[in-house]
Amino acid sequence: MKNKLMMKKWMMLLALSCLLFLPGLGFGQKNSCLDCHLKLEGELRAPAEAFGQDIHQQFGLSCSDCHGGNPAQDDVDLAKDKSFKGAPKRAQIPEFCATCHSNAATMRSFNPNLRVDQLSQYWTSRHGQLLKKGDTKVAVCTDCHGQHGIQSVKYPKSMTFPWNIPQTCGRCHANAEIMKDYKISTNQLDEYKQSVHATALFDKKDMSAPTCNSCHGNHGAFPPEVKSVASVCRQCHSSTGELFSKSPHKKAFDELGMSECEACHGNHKILRPSNEMLGTGEKSVCVQCHESGSKGFQAAADLGRIIDSLEKQMKQNEDILALAEKKGVAVSDATFRLQDVMTILISTKNLSHGLAVADIREKADEGEKILAEVRQAGDKALREAKFRRTGLIIATAFLALFGLALFLKIRDMTKSGSRP
Amino acid sequence: MKKLGRNIFAYLNERFLLQNLFDLSQKKKVPEHPCSFWYYFGGICLFLTGIQIMTGILLLLYYTPSIDGAHESIQFIMSQVKFGWLIRSVHSWTANILIGVIFVHMFSTYCLKAYRRPRELTWITGFLLLVIFLAFGFSGYLLPWNELSYFATRVGTDIAGSLPLIGKWLKTLILGGSSVSQATLSRFFWFHIAILPVAAVAVIGTHVLLVQILGMSKPIGINEAKVKEISFFPDFLYKDALGWTLILVLIGVLCVFLPWEVGKKADPFTATPLGIKPEWYFTFMFTTLKLLPSHIIVIEGEKLAILAFMIGGLFWMFVPYLDRRAAQEKRSPVFTLIGAAVFLYIVVMTILTYTVRGL
Repeated sequence: MKNKLMMKKWMMLLALSCLLFLPGLGFGQKNSCLDCHLKLEGELRAPAEAFGQDIHQQFGLSCSDCHGGNPAQDDVDLAKDKSFKGAPKRAQIPEFCATCHSNAATMRSFNPNLRVDQLSQYWTSRHGQLLKKGDTKVAVCTDCHGQHGIQSVKYPKSMTFPWNIPQTCGRCHANAEIMKDYKISTNQLDEYKQSVHATALFDKKDMSAPTCNSCHGNHGAFPPEVKSVASVCRQCHSSTGELFSKSPHKKAFDELGMSECEACHGNHKILRPSNEMLGTGEKSVCVQCHESGSKGFQAAADLGRIIDSLEKQMKQNEDILALAEKKGVAVSDATFRLQDVMTILISTKNLSHGLAVADIREKADEGEKILAEVRQAGDKALREAKFRRTGLIIATAFLALFGLALFLKIRDMTKSGSRP
Repeated sequence: MKKLGRNIFAYLNERFLLQNLFDLSQKKKVPEHPCSFWYYFGGICLFLTGIQIMTGILLLLYYTPSIDGAHESIQFIMSQVKFGWLIRSVHSWTANILIGVIFVHMFSTYCLKAYRRPRELTWITGFLLLVIFLAFGFSGYLLPWNELSYFATRVGTDIAGSLPLIGKWLKTLILGGSSVSQATLSRFFWFHIAILPVAAVAVIGTHVLLVQILGMSKPIGINEAKVKEISFFPDFLYKDALGWTLILVLIGVLCVFLPWEVGKKADPFTATPLGIKPEWYFTFMFTTLKLLPSHIIVIEGEKLAILAFMIGGLFWMFVPYLDRRAAQEKRSPVFTLIGAAVFLYIVVMTILTYTVRGL
């Protein structure tokens, strides 16, 4: 009985020891690559240092999983055994990474949701096409993802995190020296930074705002063709695209071989659309094609006038409400109604892509009707502010008179030294 | 007309013995000396309390104590109800002015050592009134259910929750659960319009009764020969009324030019906005908690500060029994210094809250 108890005790002790030391066995595996490279300087030390932050390391992979060799050996020659692959040549990098990344079975064990078609996409990209032709200056996996400090796209410091992508692409595409041989302009990054999309991405931190890869693709990056530009924009601006497709412009643009959205809004430098783009003014995009006196010119003038008028009226009402609020009168209901007008204004601007002047007029009328109510409420609020001030003056005058009477009485009492 | 008036008075006098009251008021005297200016702040407190009761009752006509309707009802009062903006603004501005005047009344009473024997209970009831009106302020602040009040209440109750031993229980009791919710709004409303008014009326009654029985205190060491006496009715009341008139003008100007804002409706799911602060009269305590290190020796800084405030409050309440020199009609400079230090501390901490970024 006693022996049995002793045996049980020893077994428990053994189990506990295993539990305590087992993790140590796993993590304590020797990695002579890191041990040696961390003792070196410069570019031989950099990979070992950066690997600490690498996503592959976080998934338990080590140098030998990509580069081969035997990390258990201390001797350099023994470590670089037959399996040692060393650093791949630049032209080999896509295939090198794809060894795992194109293998669904391998990737499943790390991240089942990760796509495995990056390599096939890459070969369809301009980068991939040129690499196949022997141009090794083009971007390969490591140019966009890094080499030994590769981080998840979800990590804000990653080169492929949405707000870092323009800079990542710009490293080559904004470099005149690199782009010289390809005869590609280098102003895309600067232009993008001025765009409404960049404002949404950088200033408002809107991660859904488009960046380079949203329009060009990532692994299959390619400039969109004239025909497909509109499809790219429609990914987000679907209702605008639908209106355009129904408009007379669709047929005309197709016949002329013009890209749809880009013709008026540009490509990388897509600015916040203004009313001036419509109408027949200097900054109007309509007059680029429609000559004075033409039907299109007249329609442009009508569109500009309707939207401009609605916006101006809205601004006037905003000012009235702001003034009333400044004067202390609550105008929350009217302000709320004004938000409805803002929605109608946005809708009217969107409708301009369909060129149906009657529909736009109808929508604007709806807005103007609300604006009339808002105006009424604003005027009432201003009258109320005036009434309050007048009331205060009258009340203060009465109170001042009362106070003066009291003061005189008190003075009188103090002088006479007795109560009245 | 005169005859009718006399008849009405005679009718009422027969039943209420009014003549006795008039005779008493004629006999009541108030001392007049260079420091008697401070006496008027007590009357102003009473006048402002009257305004609060009247405007509070009117606000009850439209206010809805539910998290879905509170903010909307305040918005309705401010924008749709005839003179609703005025009633609500008067209520909110007066609440703040009242607490300010209570502080002035308290510190002037302290400096004049008017708490000394036999007026210890007048002082204690006065201190209780300060606590009651602070509770009025805290409970009333949440009622509009706007963003500022919601988060300030959350911060305030979190502080109460960190009290040693009773913190968790007290927080649950105040909130009616683990967070600021409908239960909190309901009990704050109940507290604000039922419990506190009853308590306030009872304590104010005792305070005023004690003032009537014991009369006004004269400063220590004042030359009795130089002290005149004026009758309470109507001499003192005239001067009181002048003060009330001035305060009324101030409230009117504030309400017309700076009506109390409604604010954004509280959204419990948003993050606490930056720079959230309680009402100004709590900021000296709030800033102290923020400035203290997380640990002082082995005790949590926050807990130590709360403990210090509680001990400080008790000291302040029982100061008439601690200041033995004043009880013997002798000057007590140590207590004057303590009072000045407390006053300076409150003023400096309050100024720091609004001037130093990040506090």
